[in-house]
Amino acid sequence: MSSAAVDRTATPAEAQRLRRRRRVNPALWFVAPFGVAFALFFLLPIGYAVYESLFKTSSSGLGLSAPTRSFVGLENYGDALSSSDFRSSIGRVLLFGLIQVPVMILLATILALILESGRVHFKSFFRVSYFLPYGVPGVIASLLWGFLYVPATSPIVEVLGHVGVHADFLSSDTVLGSIVNIVTWEFAGYNMLILIAALQGIPDELYEAARVDGAGSFRIAWHIKLPLLRPSIILATVFTIIGTLQLFAEPLVLKPLSTAINSSYTPNLSAYNQAFSNDNYSLAAAEAVIVAVIAFALSFGFLRIVNRKGRSAW
Amino acid sequence: MVRRLDGGKLVATAFLIAFAFYFLLPVAWVLIAMTKDTGDLFGSFGLWFSNPDPIGNLDRLFSANDGVFPRWMLNSAIYSGVGAAIATVLSAAAGYGLAKFPFKGRELVFSIILGGVLVPTTVVSLPLYLLFSDVGLTNTYWAVLLPSIVSPFGVYLCRIYASASVPDSMLEAARLDGAGELRIFVSVVARTMTPALVTVFLFQFIAIWNNYFLPLVMLSDQKLFPITLGLTQWNSQTYRNPDYYELVIGGAAVSVVLLCGAMIVLQRFWRAGLTAGSVKG
Repeated sequence: MSSAAVDRTATPAEAQRLRRRRRVNPALWFVAPFGVAFALFFLLPIGYAVYESLFKTSSSGLGLSAPTRSFVGLENYGDALSSSDFRSSIGRVLLFGLIQVPVMILLATILALILESGRVHFKSFFRVSYFLPYGVPGVIASLLWGFLYVPATSPIVEVLGHVGVHADFLSSDTVLGSIVNIVTWEFAGYNMLILIAALQGIPDELYEAARVDGAGSFRIAWHIKLPLLRPSIILATVFTIIGTLQLFAEPLVLKPLSTAINSSYTPNLSAYNQAFSNDNYSLAAAEAVIVAVIAFALSFGFLRIVNRKGRSAW
Repeated sequence: MVRRLDGGKLVATAFLIAFAFYFLLPVAWVLIAMTKDTGDLFGSFGLWFSNPDPIGNLDRLFSANDGVFPRWMLNSAIYSGVGAAIATVLSAAAGYGLAKFPFKGRELVFSIILGGVLVPTTVVSLPLYLLFSDVGLTNTYWAVLLPSIVSPFGVYLCRIYASASVPDSMLEAARLDGAGELRIFVSVVARTMTPALVTVFLFQFIAIWNNYFLPLVMLSDQKLFPITLGLTQWNSQTYRNPDYYELVIGGAAVSVVLLCGAMIVLQRFWRAGLTAGSVKG
């Protein structure tokens, strides 16, 4: 009798537990497929890179005996950071970002504001022409610009030559700027499109109120549109910063055309060559991890700076 | 007042035209260059025609190396199409799960995924090569496809979109009707989320199509190459055999035309999806 009573009281509790479990389960089932792929093809490699970076593989002089592998702590990081080639590759991408990020974000913002000012014709033609390069892979964009930089095939160099300007886009002084140009060409229109989408999300009443108050297009853009674009501009800037640190395909393709580009021109080129030319995966892993740490530090540093001033963007 | 406004409009239009020239210049150049032979490529003005023979060049492009170029095109389409499709399904399910089912540690899981948006892809690709070579997956279609199905940005976008556009009342009504969670997701939620799904698919398609580092690291068999890898390999042959210039330029022209065509056709969807993606604000 008493056990039956227990059973009877246990049943609703169990049912509730079951129900609760059933309510928890769907999230698991929905998130799990992505979660497994994310863990296997994203988190695991990052963990493996960190692990690999803590070891060193050395083979004996003749290479006859099996190579020995030993735990060396942070030695690979020390090696990477004490290499002047790697340090200057980091300095180079930082300089690159310092030029490229503002140039491209400024260009994307100006183009978006003009196209959305409601005062220009052929809006969709311009929008498509600016956006097109986003569909051109970085290596192919670099191939094309390479032909436009090399004097033998470049109509730009030829035309400039006719007016007495001797242009050299591939010298040690200019090649970084030439890469800035390629990356800006690829992504300015894409960022412009994101900003246009944000502008179209702003309700028209805001402009009308300002117009009634006698504000011109320029003042509306400066005082109303730009502040509302701020979160989108910040987001675009963060993605661009991460992108510039990964610079790889553009210098790789231009390398045969310019003696100014060496095999450790950017940190990623350096890591790639350490891994596949020197078979030094541990050093390559350490260099890759350093790039990731810098990317995180810069992204969060940038977000902190912009969020301290006024409203938070994210 | 009226004159000042017109002046501003004139300056703005001139600015737009100048940049249209800038953005279209390499495209115009490659479309003209693909009609030339190697001699004219170096011997004639780059932005005008000289003995144009586009058909002959295309013919050589498509038959070179036993027709490897169409194969590269097909490979690029497979990697991008299949990869982006699976990535979209995974992102949609995960984004919906994270948006609509509270569970312990949900915000932590979301933060980790969001952090993934900030990780440079090369930092993942290099160790992935080592892991894949341990299990014999390098130099197969899987080597490029599997990493391409992960899109942290897609999950981020789908979560924001699902939170904003899938009403709880709709889910409850479907549950009261006795529909299972999976059926609700497939037949009700997925339809509501379509604009976000289109955006995720297009983003990921372009990301895979443009990716160079991953296939470069993973593949050594020419037959598995996507266009990007194939063209750079041809390009590295040009110093030995200048005839490869024609192939590289022809291949670049075809791939640019293909993608530009797709961009123009799909432009509508990009805008719709992106605007919808910003519902958060």
